[in-house]
Amino acid sequence: MKPRVLEVRTRILKKNDELARDMRAAFASRGVFVPNLVSSPGSGKTELLTRTLDHLKTAYRVAAVVGDLATENDANRLATSGAPAIQIQTDNICHLEADMVQRAIGGWDLDTLDLLFIENVGNLVCPTTWDLGEDLRVLLMAVTEGEDKPLKYPTLINTADVVVISKIDLAEAVGFDRELAHKNIQTVRPGIEVIETSAKTGLGMQRWFDYLIQQVARKRDGEESSAAKNLPQATEQHAPL
Amino acid sequence: MHELSIATSLIEVACESAELDGANKVTKLSLRIGDLSGVVADALHFSFSLAAEGTLCEGAELDIEHVPVVAHCPRCDESFTLRDVNRFICPKCESPTPRILTGQELDLISLEVHVDETARA
Repeated sequence: MKPRVLEVRTRILKKNDELARDMRAAFASRGVFVPNLVSSPGSGKTELLTRTLDHLKTAYRVAAVVGDLATENDANRLATSGAPAIQIQTDNICHLEADMVQRAIGGWDLDTLDLLFIENVGNLVCPTTWDLGEDLRVLLMAVTEGEDKPLKYPTLINTADVVVISKIDLAEAVGFDRELAHKNIQTVRPGIEVIETSAKTGLGMQRWFDYLIQQVARKRDGEESSAAKNLPQATEQHAPL
Repeated sequence: MHELSIATSLIEVACESAELDGANKVTKLSLRIGDLSGVVADALHFSFSLAAEGTLCEGAELDIEHVPVVAHCPRCDESFTLRDVNRFICPKCESPTPRILTGQELDLISLEVHVDETARA
């Protein structure tokens, strides 16, 4: 029995990447813009998203899928906006994968949607490497997490397209140093856009909505998806399925 | 711990390639893992040994090459290896360096496989 070396040269997450690429193509052909919200647990993804769905639903057809290890709580909260929301229970898996999203939205007609939000499982490491076919990766950081969070988690922020600093209404109460936070973000991810928001008081929310609307318009004008550019490239290019 | 999901995907890709080649045992998997990939090698080794049980990869060795984070400075027009993966600043001119050239890899490069003719017969 003689050993032999087989050259493979492929991404380890090849299956996920291929599915994500197909999903991205399907979203693009139906004109659906897909943001993927990532953050640590408790940074306010669901609150931001509920307000966002509520605001955008008058002008856009919006929906959301949300991943959690357990419970349907977040989908129920999102549904209070009046937009369709589906819960993915990951059974203790710490991130969403493309096939989970594909299965969850299987019953939806993409032609009836303008924006499909994905709320990832609260985790600042694990969602990094899973492409979900999104157009935009939004990283939330709450002021309660401290200014050095970006420096502690350089991996995820380097796949993000925009940082949203949430709960800005609490900044003074928790002694949040805004200048230092912005400096840290720009040290670990130079040039990234940062938007400060409070979903509770509405502070900064208009800028967030405007940013999203601008991104939707850019996609409709046929500009390349920034998320697709930021994600690591495969060693070998695979032919489209 | 997302390394278990990564190990599962790795084994799937490796077994598929080995089977296509007519091999019935994988003894080594050579990987390239970037320092900015978010994967912890120890956790991957541990997850791999568990997930490989009962597959062609059972008992195989993981040979991991770590790929440093290399960024490009637009001002100096030079590439450099980051000393800290959270400081994307040119060591020469202190300019921000958003362009990442390497360090996000999560690749399977090659497999060492065996073809046991007697087992196939």
